[in-house]
Parts: sequence; structure tokens; C-alpha cells
Amino acid sequence: MIAYILRRLVQAILILLGVSIVTYALLYMLPADPARQIAGRSATAETVANIREQLGLNLPFYEQYLRYLGNLLTGDFGRSYLQKTEVGELIAARLPATLLLMAGAIFCELLFGLTAGAIGAIKRNTPLDRGLMVASFVGVSAPQFVVGILMLYLFAVVLGWFPIGGYGTFAHLVLPSVSMGFLGAGWYSRMMRSSMLDVLRQDYVRTARAKGLGRARVFFVHAFPNALLPIIAMIGIDIGMFMSGIVVVESVFGWPGIGQLAWQAIQRVDIPIIMGVTLVSACAIVLGNLLADLVAPFIDPRIKLR
Amino acid sequence: MFSKALKGVALAALIAGAGMTTAHNAAAGEGNITVTYKDDVSTLDPAIGYDWQNWSMIKSLFDGLMDYEPGTTTLKPDLATGYTVSDDGLTYTFTLRKGVKFHNGREFKASDVKYTLERVVNPKTQSPGAGFFETIKGFAEESAGETESLSGVEVVDDYTVKFTLSQPDAAFLHKMALNFAHIVPKEEVEKWGQDFGKHPVGTGAFALEDWTLGQHLIFKANPDYHIAGIPKLDTITVEVGQEPVVALLRLQRGEVDIAGDGIPPAKFLEVMNDPEYKDLVVSGEQLHTGYITLNTNIPPFDNVKVRQAVNMAVNKDRIVRVINGRAVPANQPLPPLMPGYNTDYKGYAFDPEKAKSLLAEAGFADGVETTLFVANTDPQPRIAQAIQQDLSAIGMKVEIKSLAQANVIAAGGEADQAPMIWSGGMAWIADFPDPSNFYGPILGCGGAVPGGWNWSWYCNEELDAEASKADALADPSQADTRIDMWRDIFTKVMADAPWVPVFNEQRYTIRSPRLVADDAILVDPVHIPVHYDYIAVK
Repeated sequence: MIAYILRRLVQAILILLGVSIVTYALLYMLPADPARQIAGRSATAETVANIREQLGLNLPFYEQYLRYLGNLLTGDFGRSYLQKTEVGELIAARLPATLLLMAGAIFCELLFGLTAGAIGAIKRNTPLDRGLMVASFVGVSAPQFVVGILMLYLFAVVLGWFPIGGYGTFAHLVLPSVSMGFLGAGWYSRMMRSSMLDVLRQDYVRTARAKGLGRARVFFVHAFPNALLPIIAMIGIDIGMFMSGIVVVESVFGWPGIGQLAWQAIQRVDIPIIMGVTLVSACAIVLGNLLADLVAPFIDPRIKLR
Repeated sequence: MFSKALKGVALAALIAGAGMTTAHNAAAGEGNITVTYKDDVSTLDPAIGYDWQNWSMIKSLFDGLMDYEPGTTTLKPDLATGYTVSDDGLTYTFTLRKGVKFHNGREFKASDVKYTLERVVNPKTQSPGAGFFETIKGFAEESAGETESLSGVEVVDDYTVKFTLSQPDAAFLHKMALNFAHIVPKEEVEKWGQDFGKHPVGTGAFALEDWTLGQHLIFKANPDYHIAGIPKLDTITVEVGQEPVVALLRLQRGEVDIAGDGIPPAKFLEVMNDPEYKDLVVSGEQLHTGYITLNTNIPPFDNVKVRQAVNMAVNKDRIVRVINGRAVPANQPLPPLMPGYNTDYKGYAFDPEKAKSLLAEAGFADGVETTLFVANTDPQPRIAQAIQQDLSAIGMKVEIKSLAQANVIAAGGEADQAPMIWSGGMAWIADFPDPSNFYGPILGCGGAVPGGWNWSWYCNEELDAEASKADALADPSQADTRIDMWRDIFTKVMADAPWVPVFNEQRYTIRSPRLVADDAILVDPVHIPVHYDYIAVK
């Protein structure tokens, strides 16, 4: 077990290194010159040259990268080119909002997805089942910015049930969470339905029924936990999916998380922020997957980690 | 009117109340407004901040020796009570206002002026505005890193400061009104270091009370502000991260007082045609010209006839319609609001036939191919398409390269990259209301360098010499002569046609019904979007 965790951690570090090299190289190749951008349109050539030197932008690529990496190891993400604030501080200030939104989204997708999937499995091939599966298909296919804007328009602007974007109260959390969760809910309902159908066909379920246990008991105590197993692995992978989703959803709803930060930074080619957010997201994805693998054996003793 | 700072708050209130039509009961104003923006506020350090979003906020937090009459482009002393200029135009002596306090309670003195200028020029500060002060003596030495002091700024006594210039500079007083010359207290800059931009301390009408990254900023009225009765508000809440469309919806609901990013283009006609909201919109001029640069290094634009032909081929009225009439067609580099604008000059009239024959004269009777660079945010690509169509009508085949703004700027700064650039989104808005600011960096030889902003790479040494001559006329009595010279320079530029001036964008501010201010304050030419110090709420 410990050897397994260590091996996975080493893998994780290699993945993060790879991500950092690729991202850094891509940003390095952009034709935009950060020094000129910082210097602004009224700067003299000397000012630009001076900024380039102070930031080390005149060094060869590998030296710049090693310098960045060295700072990173001491926890220093550098300073934003345009905001001049430490990137670590900017991300730390916005991380709680993103984590809250992710928690809300996971809650929503599990609530909608599992309920719809379970109902679909029990009432399989009825109009209710088909209706739910069509709805999940829409959920999986609809782009998040469309879902987000439609919900914002309907529930906040027309009906006025929720605030029009922003952050701070529980009411602010609802629409972005549902928008984010809608996509996942589609996946979960389909997975839950097929997983549930598999389990319901198992011998032990039939045995339980034959023992004379009630439908509800068989369903919730015997079938449901077993059907959940593949879903749990999904949640870890989901964190990665969310990382792309938050950029869209946070921008639509004015949610002050790292997705919005990334979007602003990309538009302004603020390289230290783009690097920082990418690395934090990569970390989250790697850790999410690791966690999903580590938790699996506790839930299902049949799984052994090697 | 702007007498010495008043110590008694009650007295200030009395005077303020007497001078105003609306009821007002304290020196520091009352009420709160909410302003929204899409992007985070970048920095509030006056030496660093250089985008239109923080420009006006910095002006409310800090003061300079000079300022403008609210809602106008007329210079007036601010932290100075007056100044004298020597006959040779090389020495400016400012008498400072007494009793002005920084937000930390310390009195503002002449040494702060010296410190501020030295800090801006110091290469370590990385100020994008350092170059504005190149005419101050000692600039070269300090910007080369040889010394950290600026010999041209001398503290005579606590309330007198003397500037010595290395050459006469008619725009010097405007430069003293720039944010980059707004006064900062040394002890606070040293305390916060690079984070001073997050913890700004100035002498302005507002002080920063709270900044929650990614969410909001709260500005609180400065009760000791040196102008009686100002500011009129108690607090300003700036919320960030709000899409312009969302901001507009919230404004219509009464949750927002000023949509900082303006009316989104897609919503413009809807708002202007809505009787309920159109009265909430105030429009005004700004010191802006949108133009197409024609790179004089790259064929076919190395031929003046081709450049003139393009000037005649572009249908500016139609481009203005593309952006729903939010601009007026332009015929010269200077915007109409700028001193030196030539009202008699008619420019190149729209005449595709004549353009075609000029193109033929230049040897391109069979047409020619070229490339137009444009920023990839709406409405710029649509405008580029209109230009493309206009030029295809005279036989020019134009390929559009639509890129991120930073990449277009980078291409423009290379001598041989971009034959044509539509400046939309990156167009020149004057730093200060003086024609010289529309020449040097964008049309002068000094701007035609790698990384520069003279994307036409137009360099006319004769005109450069005339420009230097004009700017040497620093004596106020020569101001009219100087403006005449500038008018002449820009008219001559148009004969060489390095640009196609397309339009002057108008500004539209949308505000809530409860917000009270003169229209001029709501579209202040220097403060964008509004002059925060002079607005009040019902």
C-alpha cells in the first residue's frame, strides 16, 4: 500500500513537471512580448529593455524555465505581470470560491444523476425512464455556457428567484452549481442506470428477494451501494472535468474563483497567472485521481492496490 | 475658490453646502454607489497603473501638482497653489498647497514631490510612464541607473519645489497632471514595497478601505480632502468579475449605479431605443481616433499614391454604421476635442473611382494583394471585413489576420510584419489633452522603432523638426502659435497619408436614475468612466 502511494506520488510529480514544461514552452512561444506589455505604449526602448532584464526575459528558454522551477520549489509562483500581485496570493484568494462551487456541483450532479439513474433502472423501459435518459443526454451534450446563460436568464432575470450572478450567499451558489452539475448529472444518471441494472441482475439480489426481503430494503441496502462503486471512481476524474468547466461557469456567473482568474489572464496574456492556475489545476486533477484510487479499496474490499 | 485647506470640518461643510444646490451636510459626502467591472482592478499604484479602468480610480486616490477643471480639459493647479515659468521655459517653480494630508495623516511636503518623481523615473520601479519625464534634467542619468536621484527636481523649502528641464517642454504642465506624477508618501511605499498598488495611500478625495481580491474594492471618502465639499459620496463599491451584459441587467434592476464597462455592443440599440433607459445614457467625446496604419516600409504602401488611394476607398460612414453609430467619421489624426484639430481640413473624400485611378497611376492597375491585422474581439473583425470589401472594390485583395490584441501589437512593433493594422481596441487615446501626445509615439520617428507604436513606420524628419520647434514654445503667451504649428504638422502628415483616420469613438456612460451629476462629469474626458469625486446620489 505504502509502496503504491509512493509510486503514484512520484508519477504525480513527473506529470506535474511535464505539464509545467509544456505550458511554459507554449507560453514562451507566443509572439506577444511580456516586457512590452508591462512597459505600455508610452515606454521608451530603454524601459522595455530594462524590464526584460529585470524579469529575466532575455535569458534562454531553459534558464528561464529553471529559474521559474526553482522559485516554484520555494512556493513562489512569481508576480502577475499586469496586476503586480503575487500569483500565490491571487490564487489563494480565489481558491475557496472554486472549492465551494465544486462542492456544490458535485452535490448537484450526484443528487440529480443518482436519483435519475436509480429511477431509470427501477422503472426501466417506461416513458419515465426514457424521459430521464433523454434529459441526461441533453445534459451531457449542452455546452455549459449555454446552460449557464439560459438558467441565469430564466431563474434570475425573468423569475427573479436568484441573484444575477455574484458571490456571497447560499442563493448565489445555486445556479452556478446546478449549471456545473448538469453536465456531470447526465453522465452519472446513465452510468448509475446501467450499473444498477447490472447489480439488480446479480444472484445475490435475487437471493435477497427470495429470502423475503422487501423491495426497498434490497434496493437500498444490497443493490445501491454496489452500484455506486464505479461512480466513486468517476468523482475523482470529474475534478479534472470541472477544471475546464469552471472557466466557463465562473465567467458567466461572475463567480470569483480561479477559473475566472484564468480567463482574465489568458485574455491579457498574463503568463505567471496562466502558469499558476494551470499547475494548481493539474495538481487537483492528479490528486483527484489518486484519491479516487485510494478510496476504492475501502469501499470495495475486492479491489487491491498494487 | 480652492483656498487653503480648511481645518474645521464644520466650516468646510458650511461652505460646501452654500455652494451646492442639493442638500449636503458633511464635508465628506454621503451615500454609496456600486460600480461594476468585468476584469479585476490591476493595481492602484500611480507609477504603474496604466489602463482605462484604474486610471480614474487612481485619480480619486491621489493628486498631482496639476489637474483639470472637472469635466473639461482645462489645466488648473491642484496640490500646487500656483507656479511660475522662467523666460527660457526651462524652470518651473511650484508653490505647494499647505495643510494637505495623506490618508495616513502626515502632511504633504515638497520632499514628497521629489521622491515621487525619482521613484517614477527609477528603472527599478518599471513605470510605464517614466518616459514622459525625459525632459526633466537628470532623467538620462537616473534612467541609466547611474544615480537614484533626479537632479532637475529641487526642494527649495517645505512648500516650494523647482523643476529644471533640459529642454523646453510645452506639455510639461500636462505631464504634471498625469497619474504617473501623482504624489505618493515615501514611508508607505517603503512599507509595502511591490504591494503598494494593493495598499495605496495618497492625498485624494477617496481612500481605499477594503480590497477583497477578485470580488470588490471599497473606497471611502477622505474627510480631510483639500477641496471643500468634495467628494460628494461617502463610499464607492467597485464589484469586479461581472460580465457587461449582467452588469446592465443589474443596473436596470437598480442594483448597480454605473456599468464600468459601458453598454455591451450587442445591447446598444436595444438600450438606446428603450424610452425607459435611453435617458440614463450620457454621451460625450473622448480623445480617441480609430485608424488604419499603412506600413510605409512594406510594398505597396511605400508608395504614397497607394496610401492616398486607400484613404479614398474606405467608406467611413458605413464603418460607423457597423458599430451602431457609436462614433463620428474622422478625416485627420487629431480628435475634434483636441486643441489643434483642423476644422477647415476636409481630408480625403470617399471616392472609389479616384482611388482606382490613383492605384493605376502607382502601377497597380491589375490590383494588389496585402494583409490587414486586427484584434480578434468584436466588433473589430467585422470592421476589418468592411475595410476588406471597400478595398476589394478598388482592386486590392486583402487577407484579414485576426489575432489576440497582444500579438497584433507585437506585429505592429516590427518593421516588416504588418502591412496594414486596424487599430480598433488598441487605438490611441490621448494620455493628456495636448496634440504633441498624438504625434511622437505614433507618427514621429521616435515611435518608428522595434516595439514602438508607430505602426506605419512613418518617419518624416522635417515634421519631427517642426514638432520639436513647436514644443519648445513653452511660454503660455505662445500657446496659440504653438497650437497653430501643430495643426499644420498634422495637416502635412495627412498629405503623406500614413494613416487612414476612420472614426472618433464617442463615449456612452449608463448610470442609475438615482445618480446625480452634470453630464460633463459623467463623460469627463480625463476620468473614464466618470469623475468619481463629483458624483452624488439622490
